[in-house]
Amino acid sequence: MTTHDEHAHPELGFWRKYIFSTDHKIIGIQYIITAMAMAVVGGVLSMLMRLQLGWPGTLWPRLEEIFPVGFAGGAMAPEFYLSLVTMHGTIMVFFLFTAVLTGGFGNYLIPLQIGARDMAFPLLNALSYWTFLLSCITILGALFAAGGAPLGGWTAYAPLSALPEMGPGQGDGMTLWILAIALFTASGLMGGLNYVTTLLTMRTKGMSMMRLPLTQWALFITAILGTLAFPVLLAAGILLTFDRIGGTSFFVPAGLFTAAGAAVEHSGGHPLLWQHLFWFFGHPEVYIVLLPAMGIASDILSTFARKPIFSYKMMVYSMSAIAFLSFIVWGHHMFLSGMNPFLGSLFTLTTLLIAIPSAVKTFNWLGTILGARIQFTVPMLFALGFVSTFISGGLSGIFLGTSASDIAMHDTYFVVGHFHLVMAVAPLFAAFAGVYFWFPKMFGRMMNMTAGKVHFWISFVGVNCVFFSMHAAGVIGHLRRIYDPTQYAFLEPVYGMNQFISISAFVLGAAQILFLVNFFASIWLGPKAGVNPWNATTLEWTVPSPPGHGNFGPELPVVERWAFDYSMPGAKEDFVMQTEAPTRVESS
Amino acid sequence: MASGSGIGKVTIPGAVLGVLLFVFVLVSIWLSVADRFWFPDLASEHGGSVDTVYVVVLIVTGIAFVATQLLLAYIVTRYGARNGEKAAYWHENARAEAILIGGTAVTLTVLVFLGQYVWYQIYFTDPPEGGMVVEATGQQFQWVFRYPGDDGVFGDLDPTLVAGTNYIGLDRNGAGADDILVVGQMHAVADQPVRVVLRSTDVIHNFHLPHMRVKQDTVPGMSIEVWFTPTETGTYEVACAELCGLGHFRMSGMLIVDATQAEFDQWLEDQLVFQ
Repeated sequence: MTTHDEHAHPELGFWRKYIFSTDHKIIGIQYIITAMAMAVVGGVLSMLMRLQLGWPGTLWPRLEEIFPVGFAGGAMAPEFYLSLVTMHGTIMVFFLFTAVLTGGFGNYLIPLQIGARDMAFPLLNALSYWTFLLSCITILGALFAAGGAPLGGWTAYAPLSALPEMGPGQGDGMTLWILAIALFTASGLMGGLNYVTTLLTMRTKGMSMMRLPLTQWALFITAILGTLAFPVLLAAGILLTFDRIGGTSFFVPAGLFTAAGAAVEHSGGHPLLWQHLFWFFGHPEVYIVLLPAMGIASDILSTFARKPIFSYKMMVYSMSAIAFLSFIVWGHHMFLSGMNPFLGSLFTLTTLLIAIPSAVKTFNWLGTILGARIQFTVPMLFALGFVSTFISGGLSGIFLGTSASDIAMHDTYFVVGHFHLVMAVAPLFAAFAGVYFWFPKMFGRMMNMTAGKVHFWISFVGVNCVFFSMHAAGVIGHLRRIYDPTQYAFLEPVYGMNQFISISAFVLGAAQILFLVNFFASIWLGPKAGVNPWNATTLEWTVPSPPGHGNFGPELPVVERWAFDYSMPGAKEDFVMQTEAPTRVESS
Repeated sequence: MASGSGIGKVTIPGAVLGVLLFVFVLVSIWLSVADRFWFPDLASEHGGSVDTVYVVVLIVTGIAFVATQLLLAYIVTRYGARNGEKAAYWHENARAEAILIGGTAVTLTVLVFLGQYVWYQIYFTDPPEGGMVVEATGQQFQWVFRYPGDDGVFGDLDPTLVAGTNYIGLDRNGAGADDILVVGQMHAVADQPVRVVLRSTDVIHNFHLPHMRVKQDTVPGMSIEVWFTPTETGTYEVACAELCGLGHFRMSGMLIVDATQAEFDQWLEDQLVFQ
């Protein structure tokens, strides 16, 4: 463990300080910037998808120059489109959201907010980052594999994923995909063990569990979820690899043949086994992304409402309930998969159960800002955007969680709209809120707030134009993962909608460039930030921006109260730091 | 700092966000109820109950959606910061929370039972006597339909027999002698139940009849049955709804619902020359 002694000799060279660092703050920032780079790749892929969906069959000679194979002849190839689908989903779910929320904010904030000098295992922490970086390189490598990137979607359903002969990209591309996911889960496990240990053993004096900021509770629960869920995906990936190269048949039954009539030499496996394993990981993964977003949004809402979080205890209990229930809802992805329909009933019940703690959280966020004095800073705007998009996406999930209505909605754009709002847009907004909020602590400078506001307004309007419209397209029947909807006459009403969605998506994408420029320019050019620019209460706002190695001065802080004493009657200011002793507050 | 109570200041960003949310709610209602954004025309018996479940969920979630988004709009508009004033300091209300949790739980319970009533009708009810049976096999990238012929029994399958137009490896000896194979086209008779046996010879597909509200994965190694009763004559599209490879988007077919059994029999007879 890191001790204060290291604080005494801070003169590390550039490489040890910023690149091969074991300092949790640097590792957190490394995660954030790496995830941002991955997001750029994932975002560009989605723009290409929207180009095809809006104007299917159009020739793009300029793009043929960039992608000679994917746009051979000028039009996008179907397998290229499907590899965009697959890689966009994979990159965004794992390499953006999971990485930025737990790897980025988790590493940066855990020691700072609980009053520790570093993580419990700093070297393991660095190893976790470098493993993550390796997995990023591997997944990007899949884009350049012989035969192209895999085309089976981020869910990699077997036997499509198990049999290289079933499509281009299912050979080397798929192998690299599995390897990348395996490395990612290993990295996630190292991080998760580290977070749990740090949060349980290294909280400073007075920081009881029930005094933790909600971000910390969220990260704690998320780390437990990850530690339990990632190994399942890792195991599934290993079994899949055995099927692909070892001649086993975990996921492939007998009697299959290719379109050319060649028999497949497998027997005895079952395709649904992959789905059970994948979604047993996959649904907790939704909450691995969502819970930290909820925690960050909760803390930021309270800060800029200048009002305590409503019902802190219920916030903690509801997050715990969501985490527990997330392990018994996976079958709602499989209502129409061919599993026993009786299980469909069971999973409908558990799925609607998980809606209860989610509703509790929504009530509590609204309760937090009711009666508030809201400061509409950029982080607050994004936190409010989080609440709105979480409500929209959460409610549309009820159509899908009810097995009977899922018959109509399954595998349509209704699903795409739903999960984007609830597990992409909402977490993205929380992540933006977090970046704008903690940027001054990370780099000692403020981001440009005018650019931030423009970024928010375009993004908020844009995501609703894109993803709410997708729900409507899904009701009409627009199937997901299809390269060219004009193949179906019944989808005629969605052709025009697709162009509207695509144009909205391009504007939305362009607004993110503004964020990237703002982020990198502000590192060097932003106005200097003070110790506590937002008048917030938690421990990271008691130390210089950016904090030195070891985070705190010679003495670790002592915590006297919870993190939410905003607008406390009798206090001089409208916020009371967590370190303020009760006796020092009363002088009004 | 002065203690705050009651409403705060109406700020520009608060009001803009409030108005945006309000407009967003109006547009959402329009998107949810307008005819042009509705399902494909309904043409099956059970499909009406699927649509009904959707409508009930739409009403329930719609009320929750409008109420919460408008409350959010109201709060951001009316509770802006005012210089030198604190917010209210309260953070518990056990009664309000109990009511909201209880209300949510009751509403969701009703939805579970309603949805499962329909689910059971679809998945746990045998088709009425006298209907027809057809096998639909998904393979990259076409639908192969098989009717059992006069004997009413499907013949054996053997992957080693796959060749030419025998796409599924049908053994023409024994029960398979009179089986009728048709690629990409399926016929049924209006108001007669159809039992569909779903298979796949390579990867997972999904047998989707948008107008019939039928959507079911076809899984290699499994034989899954669904049934439906078409109520309207006409030509309908068959789609593949599960990603199955590069030709997934064009894995479509046709379902023709004939008005009479005689028309259907005639079509089936016409297929004999292709066998």
